[in-house]
Amino acid sequence: MIMRKDKYANRKYTIYGFFIFVGIIFLIRLSILQLFNNEYVFAAENNTRKDITIYPPRGLVFDRNNKLIVYNEAIFDLMIIPKEAKDINIVNFCKLIGIDTLEYQRKYKKAKKYSRRKASIFVKQLSKTQTAFLQEKLFQFPGFYVQARTLRKYPYKNAAHLLGFIGEVNSKELKNDTFYSSGDYIGKSGIEKSYEKYLRGEKGVEKLMVDVYNREKGSFHNGKYDIPAKKGYNLHLGLDVDLQTYGEELMRNKIGAIVAIEPSSGEIISMVSAPSYDPNLLVGRIRSNNYDSLLKDKHKPLLTRALNSSYPPGSTFKLVQALIAQQEGVLYPSTTYTCHNGFNYKGLHVGCHSHTPTINLEEAIKISCNAYFCNVYRSIINNHAYKNSEMGFRKWRDYTLKMGFGKKLGIDLPYERGGNIPKVEYYDKYYGKGHWNAITTISLAIGQGEILETPLQMANEAAFIANRGYYYTPHIVAQIGDSAKNNPSFTKKNYVGINSKYFDIVVNGMEKVVENGTAKLAKIDSIAVCGKTGTAQNPHGENHSVFIAFAPKDNPQIAIAVFVENSGYGGTWAAPIASLMIEKYLKGYIPKNRKWLEKRMLEGNLIPEDER
Amino acid sequence: MRDRRLAWRDLDWVIISIYLLLVFFGWLNIYSAVYNPSNHAIFDFSQRYGKQMIWIAASIVIALIIIIIAPKFFSQFSYAIYGFHILSLILVLLFGKEVAGSKSWFQIGSFAIQPAEFVKYATSLALAQYLSNLDVKVGNLKATIIAGVIIILPAFLILLQNDTGSALVYVSFIFVLYRRGLSGNIFVIGLIFAFLAVLTLLLQSLTYKLILLGVILLIISLSYLFMKKNLSNVLKLFGIFAIIVAFVFSVDLGFSKLQPHQQVRIKVLLNLKQDLRGAGYNVYQSKIAIGSGSISGKGFLNGTQTKFNFVPEQSTDFIFCTVGEEWGFIGSSLVVILFVILLIRIIYVAERQRSIFSQIYGYGVASVLFFHFTINIGMVLGILPVIGIPLPFFSYGGSSLWAFTILLFIFIRQDAERMKLL
Repeated sequence: MIMRKDKYANRKYTIYGFFIFVGIIFLIRLSILQLFNNEYVFAAENNTRKDITIYPPRGLVFDRNNKLIVYNEAIFDLMIIPKEAKDINIVNFCKLIGIDTLEYQRKYKKAKKYSRRKASIFVKQLSKTQTAFLQEKLFQFPGFYVQARTLRKYPYKNAAHLLGFIGEVNSKELKNDTFYSSGDYIGKSGIEKSYEKYLRGEKGVEKLMVDVYNREKGSFHNGKYDIPAKKGYNLHLGLDVDLQTYGEELMRNKIGAIVAIEPSSGEIISMVSAPSYDPNLLVGRIRSNNYDSLLKDKHKPLLTRALNSSYPPGSTFKLVQALIAQQEGVLYPSTTYTCHNGFNYKGLHVGCHSHTPTINLEEAIKISCNAYFCNVYRSIINNHAYKNSEMGFRKWRDYTLKMGFGKKLGIDLPYERGGNIPKVEYYDKYYGKGHWNAITTISLAIGQGEILETPLQMANEAAFIANRGYYYTPHIVAQIGDSAKNNPSFTKKNYVGINSKYFDIVVNGMEKVVENGTAKLAKIDSIAVCGKTGTAQNPHGENHSVFIAFAPKDNPQIAIAVFVENSGYGGTWAAPIASLMIEKYLKGYIPKNRKWLEKRMLEGNLIPEDER
Repeated sequence: MRDRRLAWRDLDWVIISIYLLLVFFGWLNIYSAVYNPSNHAIFDFSQRYGKQMIWIAASIVIALIIIIIAPKFFSQFSYAIYGFHILSLILVLLFGKEVAGSKSWFQIGSFAIQPAEFVKYATSLALAQYLSNLDVKVGNLKATIIAGVIIILPAFLILLQNDTGSALVYVSFIFVLYRRGLSGNIFVIGLIFAFLAVLTLLLQSLTYKLILLGVILLIISLSYLFMKKNLSNVLKLFGIFAIIVAFVFSVDLGFSKLQPHQQVRIKVLLNLKQDLRGAGYNVYQSKIAIGSGSISGKGFLNGTQTKFNFVPEQSTDFIFCTVGEEWGFIGSSLVVILFVILLIRIIYVAERQRSIFSQIYGYGVASVLFFHFTINIGMVLGILPVIGIPLPFFSYGGSSLWAFTILLFIFIRQDAERMKLL
């Protein structure tokens, strides 16, 4: 057993060499992994971090008297992350949420198609009790969680068109704005859409740590890196919700629109599109059913007629002619024209009703004489200051555009229409260049023919006349947030290009219209209402009636346009409705001696009998 | 022979200190890997760290007993001990309990023991006993075959248990044979064939394999230019080439005979397969754990990868991840360095033995520890395929800790005798 001379003794060095070699390889490998590589640090964080989105409450909406008209109600969505939803006892789970396994597979596939890693909605809008019950059991089903969201509630059940509604983001919206993820809500119409960026607030993030089974293991760095959610801005509207309610009642069983503007600010006090609907119908689970039936309704309750329908303005446009002609120096208050039951020129006849044959401007406005304004229009177009009638027409058109006709006014609501003021090119194409003149286009004189206006533009006409020469762009939202003073987009005066002195005679004429002209029913005790009736010819049935007005005559508080389809003369329906709105707004009540009128308006059913 | 009582100072305290350090640090990391903030009493024996504490206490008792036992016991009864453990391997095949596909455990009540772990020291003893015979020379055929049988028999039985990792450990005894005179070419040949095997697996199409063989043929033909030009050399080279051709084509066959999970592990390692969710998952998560530790680590009990169970087998085979994640480069390189020092110290101590038996046994100890160390940390670092064998003294588990303790302390006890033998 005693050792002999060992000829292999040096081999121990080879063995040392192996040990040291492996040790060095390991140290190199360790330094590559730990010292010269950040990738694994991030990978470890990714592994264990789970970001929970905290949804901010959407901004609230108040009316001009600080009444809350839109608020939030919490609902809960059951969310799924398909990647994590493994080893689910499907039968038990389906029992818990009350669906069958087929439905489960369908929903699971849909969610997986959207994203394996990102959450999508599995069951929408659970009630509070359902949620409480579910949340106790949910730990058994990895990959599922409950996400709180907010639904909108409308205590006044009106102003649906301008408030708009919110709905789940669609794929296009998802693509356009990284703010949203599947299942989020976004404003789809009304101010919900146009003020989406203010209302939605900022999402927060709560950073949690999770283990390999995605079980939560407490907050990441004690919440040091959490981002709190930021509540959306509240909106304060110029809308008077009580007046809005009243307007919607007055327009019951009628088709048309009311737009009331505060001339001194451009704030919309009321905007009724009739028929309307309860905005609560388009909230939550009931939404899609209700939306479908509203969509199918032949009277189109979803249509915002105040912005989206354009009508011929009829005689209300005579005021515009009077203003332009005066500014152009072709018309004076004393100018008289003679009317013998209408305007006649070389076989062309524009009819008029019977009245004193020779009248001045004020009387012409009061009785809405067609012949007078045909002559006024002709004098504008044939103005000797210009080379030809095309130039005169161009000048005339420029005025109308400055007044806000023939183009979008730029209200803070989506889908506004601009109406129509025909272009020179249009007539050139229709008649040939140089083959048309004032007479060919004479129907423009009395607001017929190609002219189209939205009810909003009609109300805006009343507003710039009330202001004697300028208007603020009409807008719904007076103030964004609770501290800001004004909606900064709408503080600029838009001058219409007419000297304010030319308004006096027009305003006087409008006052006469109500005092003893075409709109005597619009008269209000102790308030000077200035108005103008109009009738838009309707080839399909009874004419549409329109009335624009403002009041009081001095320091006007409200400018209004009322448009009622199929109601005959402007004086019969539109004018009384406008006056009731004005009286309600300025006095706060309707006096006894006008209750009969209110009753007649409320009860009137002007939907054509064959369509009811 | 001088009669001298065993003195404490005769024990090699360098080895013992490193042993205690590794065991203690191992326990800390097991504690951290299983750590649960709501329940972390150190003496909770339902938890792995609690159990490991019992195993550690028992190991110290075992170590003391070994030191008390007369050292001759092990050399005299080495074959009997070997036979006893071979029997235990046969019995476990018949009566063992199957755990995770391997039939390698004896279950006695709530207590399970893995006999394969203990066969390593028994094989080292038997090999040392056989090779220390004066008339045995590793060079000659008979001795090589007998030594080979001593080594391969337990490996074969363990392979039957379906525990490939533990069976592979016996490859490590090549170091012992090498030290006793086995040609060093064995390593060169081994390396060449390992290289060929990897290359063959990487070059999956037949065309590439033929190109590879063509290149080899060219090299062999060129080497003939530097040899004596005679028939026997031509035949030799031809024989070598024939073996290589046979090998290249049998690698795929051999590979296909491996179990599917083993095939996948090798493919993942060779980057033939990206599979971060499946077989590559363990290694990927293990690399993340270690990599995210950076220089100084996340701190004791602060590892997220290990604490939140992203790394599987974190208290057993993947325990080194916890070290990497919580103690960073400083801690993990310290462990590597401690192991290398331990191995070198064992060889150093073996070389100072006057008894050939003790020296050979020492080489056996170093070889087994070296193999475990290399394969385990190589696997955790993602440079070797996943082969489930524990990190000595570190990984959770009673059987392996006791077996390594016995392995090491028999050597320490033998070493303490070196002064008496004169």
